Amino acid sequence: MNAIKNLNKTTRNNFLTYGAVVLAYAVVQLLMGSLSSSLKGMLVPICAYVVMALSLNLTVGVLGELSLGHAGFMSVGAFSGVTAAMALQELIPFAPLRLTVSMLIGAVFAGIAGFLIGIPVLRLNGDYLAIVTLAFGEIIKSIINNLYLGLDGKGLHFSLLTDRTALDEDGLLIIGGPMGIGGIQRLSTFTAGFVLVMLSLFIIFNLVNSRTGRAIMAVRDNSIAAESIGINITKYKLIAFVTSAALAGAAGTLFAMNYTTIVANKFDFNASILILVFVVLGGLGNMFGSIVAAAALTILPEALREFDDYRMLVYAIVLILVMLATNNPAIQGFFARLRGARKGAAEQ
Amino acid sequence: MSRPERKPVRLVPVPSTNKIPERDIGQSPILECRHLGIDFGGLTAVNDLNMAIGRTEIAGLIGPNGAGKTTVFNLLTKVYQPTRGSILLDGHETSKMTTAQVNRTGIARTFQNIRLFDNLSVEDNVKLGLHNHIRYGMFEGIFRLPRFWSQEKLAHESALELLHIFGMEDMANVKAGSLPYGAQRRLEIVRALATNPSLLLLDEPAAGMNPSETSELMDNIVKIRNTFHIAILLIEHDMNLVMGICEGICVLNFGQVIAKGTPDEIKSNPVVIEAYLGKGKKGGK
Amino acid sequence: MTFLSYLINGLSLGSIYAIIALGYTMVYGIAKMLNFAHGDVIMVGAYICFYAVSAYQLPPPVGILLAMVVCTVLGMVIERLAYKPLRQATSLAVLITAIGVSYFLQNSALLLWSSTTKIFPNFFVIPRGAETSTGFSLFDGQLNISYVTVVTVLACLVIMLALTWFTGNTRMGKAMRACSEDKGAAQLMGINVDTTISVTFAIGSALAAIAGVLLCSAYPTLSPTTGSMPGIKAFTAAVFGGIGSIPGALLGGLLLGVIEILAGAYIGTQLQNAVVFAVLIVVLLVKPAGLLGRQIREKV
Repeated sequence: MNAIKNLNKTTRNNFLTYGAVVLAYAVVQLLMGSLSSSLKGMLVPICAYVVMALSLNLTVGVLGELSLGHAGFMSVGAFSGVTAAMALQELIPFAPLRLTVSMLIGAVFAGIAGFLIGIPVLRLNGDYLAIVTLAFGEIIKSIINNLYLGLDGKGLHFSLLTDRTALDEDGLLIIGGPMGIGGIQRLSTFTAGFVLVMLSLFIIFNLVNSRTGRAIMAVRDNSIAAESIGINITKYKLIAFVTSAALAGAAGTLFAMNYTTIVANKFDFNASILILVFVVLGGLGNMFGSIVAAAALTILPEALREFDDYRMLVYAIVLILVMLATNNPAIQGFFARLRGARKGAAEQ
Repeated sequence: MSRPERKPVRLVPVPSTNKIPERDIGQSPILECRHLGIDFGGLTAVNDLNMAIGRTEIAGLIGPNGAGKTTVFNLLTKVYQPTRGSILLDGHETSKMTTAQVNRTGIARTFQNIRLFDNLSVEDNVKLGLHNHIRYGMFEGIFRLPRFWSQEKLAHESALELLHIFGMEDMANVKAGSLPYGAQRRLEIVRALATNPSLLLLDEPAAGMNPSETSELMDNIVKIRNTFHIAILLIEHDMNLVMGICEGICVLNFGQVIAKGTPDEIKSNPVVIEAYLGKGKKGGK
Repeated sequence: MTFLSYLINGLSLGSIYAIIALGYTMVYGIAKMLNFAHGDVIMVGAYICFYAVSAYQLPPPVGILLAMVVCTVLGMVIERLAYKPLRQATSLAVLITAIGVSYFLQNSALLLWSSTTKIFPNFFVIPRGAETSTGFSLFDGQLNISYVTVVTVLACLVIMLALTWFTGNTRMGKAMRACSEDKGAAQLMGINVDTTISVTFAIGSALAAIAGVLLCSAYPTLSPTTGSMPGIKAFTAAVFGGIGSIPGALLGGLLLGVIEILAGAYIGTQLQNAVVFAVLIVVLLVKPAGLLGRQIREKV
């Protein structure tokens, strides 16, 4: 107990977050038998959205840049990861290993996309940066929607706009333009999702509490001062952006491998916004908050099923009311006093 | 943190008009500006600025409001790109450097309107100053390899040591944004010092301070120079401070240097008096 | 000749974008917020007009006026209830609230008017005997121009001139400009900032109603999500021209419309949006504050 007390506050909070995730995993595993099938089907998407929220929080909360196209990276990860899984089907017969390799490939491709987009985008500021990330998200969606990619004995073939892959007889068209990818083997499991969430937490926490993370937060707090003490701001913006994109890519692969078909339109502007809502409601820079918000808001529409047609309306109203409440000075003051009182009690 | 020994630098010819303290004369100046100038659109903000600063000199840059003093700082740190002229820092031409590179070559600064990393702790602010002296990579950081632990330990000790000089080690865990004003100003100086500069630029360090705080600040500035053997250039409106600790003073008006010299020379220079007080009737008050 | 007809179509679409972009740009200029619900106000305007004309048999001009009134009130109510309490909050909090309002409007429309796509009637016709004419031909029938196109472009020009006059010469217009420069200073000079922001929302929403009717007359399908894509495009147009600038909104809207139609015609409709957004990115990289925007440099 004393050991925990002596740790500094950040480390303690980080360990509590890890603990909460492990606990949640254990509880769900124990209750697995009694869960409804619709809830069971949501376990992997919840993990994917949690990782999406964590990774976006790295960009929005830690780096302090608003991104409205995060689903684009998820899309890149989903399509490259699933393609890899299909291409590696014979090479790696062991499913968990194939899933791992596919997620890695998804992360690498999304990371590359993040790097290519980050170089021009991160020169802009504030709302301009936001609109350009939105634009890139839409561009990624349009391109994947018109991408045809096939595999045959001679290797990979791809074309844009129309199917000109001209595959051999035994060839397999993997990405079929607006039809997306069909016939996916559903390799994703709740355990895989849990491992990815833990891994994301590990990477983000350790990154933030290191020399690199300090520099990223310095850029967020005051970029002019950061430059004046010798920090290369472009480099650290890119590191944060690319790490965030790569994690989103892995989440994309996890998400896609939970369904038999996947289309690019699933990762549109609304998906990006949905993830942003998780991050803002969970609190900027607050990873635990992101996890709770992502999980709760993914389940909420399902839980509101009894409202039927009204459920999305209720969702909208809840969203507005929560934003109004959390930004209300009176309520903020109340929680600040509550925290103060608790702290005082602990010290006595 | 070990402070790496500086390599001996190439000597540059020193124009004869420069006055630097006698003890620094055997060495090349740490900073030299030659015909430095910048235009904003049609407006010439700084023109034909020539200045040299000795290796351990405390120099002052003064002048009425809007004379272009902060612009000079922004030119020296490459926040603005000079339109004309050159800056030699420790013998290195800075024209192709970015702000961050200039800092790594040796200039650190503070800002007129304090710029701290408000959401980070005091210790982290100082550690950020040490950023380029902490040596481990991103992956060593993520996977917590041995180098992470040893370097972070060193950084922690150096940071506390630096804070100790200004009596701020008790505040190490406080958020920088919630510090009182005077402490924020001091922290900015500590952070700048942590980058191990050879020239420290202070932009109005005494702004908003009462006389006793100012005199403490004067002691601190001299202490910094004596401890770290670096040069300091400061912008200040408080004439007691400037005349009290500066060895060389450069007076700027409308972007032009109107006088250079020791405090005594500046005090009695009629051009300077006119720039500050305006042209009065002779004998009138 | 085909090129000319594409160009005219582009100008017409661009005019609609410009009218919507004005709403974005004025609100951004004054409240410094991205009002993502603006696109959905367009949809509400179109529905009101549609029902007024087809269900209650009101004459089209009355329908349009009614749509404007409803949208104006709606805009002011949204501002009062959802945005005003957040005036001191972070811009991100306001953005999320605006997204909440957008969901709210879309889902209310879904419940009120169902998800079935409505076919919007074309008001801009001239009866000619038994038939009605929807447009006229030039160059021996080589170039067909519909009346909607003409009305749209004219409406856009009139609105733009009126707004320029309004912001330049009236008391309220000057108050708006003052608020967009510095709200605190404006308040100290005796300007009622709350009223000014409210009026800005009212004007933006009234324009959205007009844009909604014009949009649905040109592209006659109407559903609860009709407003979202034009909303995003118009927002892009506002940024393109330099957000906060009224002439910028006009320029950005027109250019965006023309680029979109030309890209659809010569590259393919599937990549239409990709081309539009790619052009936006290139423009912002060259001119980081948009075509007519002012680059504000942070003072060090």
